[in-house]
Amino acid sequence: MTTQPDLLYSEEEDALRAAVRDLLTDHCDPAAVLARIASDTPHDRSLWRTLAQSMGLAGLLVPESFGGQGATHREAAVVLEELGRSVAPVPYLTSAVVATEALLACGGEEAAGLLAQLASGQTVATLAVGPAARPGGAHPVVRHEQGALHGELTAVADAAVADVLLVPARDGGLYAVNTEVVTVTPKVSLDLTRPLAALTFSGAPGRRLTDDAGPAVQRALRTGAGLLASEQLGLADRCLTETVRYLKERRQFNRPVGGFQALKHRLAGLWLEIAGLRAAARNAADTLATGSEDTDLAVAVAQAYAAPVAVRAAEEALQLHGGIGMTWEHPVHLYLKRAKADSIAYGTAGGHRAAVAELADLRAP
Amino acid sequence: MTDSTELRTRTRELLAAHPPAATDRLDFLRARFDAGLAWVHFPEGLGGLGAPRSLQAVVDAELEAAGAPDNDPRRIGIGLGMAAPTILRFGTEEQKRRFLRPLWTGEEVWCQLFSEPGAGSDLAALGTRAVRDEGAWVVNGQKVWTSSAHAARWAILIARTDPDVPKHQGITYFLCDMTDPGVEVRPLRQITGEAEFNEVFLTDVRIPDSRRLGEIGDGWRVAQTTLMNERVSIGGMRLPREGGMIGPVAKTWRERPELRTHDLHQRLLELWVEAEVARLTGERLRQQLVAGQPGPEGSGMKLAFARLNQEISGLEVELVGEEGLLYDDWSMRRPELVDFTGREAGYRYLRAKGNSIEGGTSEVLLNIVAERVLGLPAEPRTDKDIPWKDLAR
Repeated sequence: MTTQPDLLYSEEEDALRAAVRDLLTDHCDPAAVLARIASDTPHDRSLWRTLAQSMGLAGLLVPESFGGQGATHREAAVVLEELGRSVAPVPYLTSAVVATEALLACGGEEAAGLLAQLASGQTVATLAVGPAARPGGAHPVVRHEQGALHGELTAVADAAVADVLLVPARDGGLYAVNTEVVTVTPKVSLDLTRPLAALTFSGAPGRRLTDDAGPAVQRALRTGAGLLASEQLGLADRCLTETVRYLKERRQFNRPVGGFQALKHRLAGLWLEIAGLRAAARNAADTLATGSEDTDLAVAVAQAYAAPVAVRAAEEALQLHGGIGMTWEHPVHLYLKRAKADSIAYGTAGGHRAAVAELADLRAP
Repeated sequence: MTDSTELRTRTRELLAAHPPAATDRLDFLRARFDAGLAWVHFPEGLGGLGAPRSLQAVVDAELEAAGAPDNDPRRIGIGLGMAAPTILRFGTEEQKRRFLRPLWTGEEVWCQLFSEPGAGSDLAALGTRAVRDEGAWVVNGQKVWTSSAHAARWAILIARTDPDVPKHQGITYFLCDMTDPGVEVRPLRQITGEAEFNEVFLTDVRIPDSRRLGEIGDGWRVAQTTLMNERVSIGGMRLPREGGMIGPVAKTWRERPELRTHDLHQRLLELWVEAEVARLTGERLRQQLVAGQPGPEGSGMKLAFARLNQEISGLEVELVGEEGLLYDDWSMRRPELVDFTGREAGYRYLRAKGNSIEGGTSEVLLNIVAERVLGLPAEPRTDKDIPWKDLAR
């Protein structure tokens, strides 16, 4: 018998949300994000410094004894909702959540030192696995030979902005590698707010964090998948809110377009799906925070549900904005590209349904 | 302020004074009502203690552990879920004292005389007439989709008392004695073969003015209390994982591997995930209610519940293969209890079709979400300023 998860937001979480939203309203509006992704530095380092250093949010998941805030996945999920809502081009999910969780699983002085740097926001790290790796499915391709790493990874999210790469290698170890000793080649990415880069390791020296990368990578990917649902929730909710606002203003046939029943029903249906996503995302965040025995299933359910909802929200937003939604200058394409990229990140909905089949004892034929 | 400690004490006192093993079931239920432990959020003297609703669980857990009888809530759902909150809010002191106790103990079953053949989604257009005759009202008309009418002693009834004003303004709410002459109940057979519902014909039924609930002409507002509670009771139940329609399908899937195909597997997993998310959404809604911050999710729960029941039961008929071509029993019966997940796959599939119609169609509920939650423009109301008698019908 497991206890009921707390699916609400606490007053502190609401206050955290308000603070992050205020910051993003001032420093991450759609025009700023559009300008940013068209530049040579798609990541917003200034915004990252404010979030990570001034507000201390990079260390939410890090215990105070390691220089962090000692908060939980519930608070990190709230931050991700807001970042998703603004499609903010900052490495929060990759560094402050996924890489941080991998380090938390390692133990040892090397990992502890890195954790403190990540928590302070001065160092950005990313886990060097493909963007589609889901819990239970990562395959390291990098070799560790004679004290150095060799091999190529074709695509790693946020690698171009990382100072340190956490690299699982075929010998079973997890290595910390400074990015300057690796060839990082930015890729032209579908989602320019979370760009990918190829990595080439040609004898790069690495510090061994643990002999057994497996549990660390699993923990990192599970948390990444679970909290990604909150990012998808924030994104979907913003798409709905903006579309509803626009359809109340936009007039055709001498009436607000939002008064047509065909559109009202579509938006109401979307609202219902987002209400479901909110419950599923809170459930995943709460089970991660409490370490409930239901966590694997809660994460798989949230990810099996979230991607289709977020993609539909962005696609509906585009369609219901009409012609303006198809232009580069309108931000809806940022949401569509992030939503579609998120539907692959940390495993597809189908991959997570396969996990549900195992966890809920609904076996394949 | 009544807290959980005090409620536990009171419950133990009730159990000590009326040991369930040695007490007649009805006597126990009456004693429980009189102790204020029936519905603790009701006022003192009316089965409650004015305590927070969330503390009912404390009482229920104590009583269940002691093996005390309950009031068989599924048999009296309309009374508990719809009539009682409406009587509590709009009833006179005399009405509350007369009706709430036997309603709660189940001595008197209630039914709801709202829908008419010509007034379904547009309930406010109803045409059953109530005409004043000295100290009483004479009622004529036809009601439909009345569950439990054949078992009911009382009905909540809305009827038109003034046809000369727009439709929402001329309605009055009554408590109707189903044993009165002029009340005729006929079973209404549905696509499942059984008759869970009835048609009720009202011919010169005399209702004393003392059984009017609320003001003359205020019946539409009174009925909103009933209808809001109906939707909460349809969509707001707390379920364990696999507690709804998905349960029997998952069980069959596990027990009969020979039925499995890849196509069915993918569809089952999608629906299982959606059912689990709907369960969590309901749980979140319940937590909001307990925290005193009701969210708008309630409007949507019934929509999700209806669609999922239909899709899951449809999948189940396919899953069982050739057995899906059979049906357990078409004979005409009049059940007193409704069980959406009872009987076999074919029954569940057919019964679920009603889920998107009864208690507000899914189309009307989508309008409600769009207008009240999202604030989108309302549907045109061409009838709102026209006297009811001049409406096209």
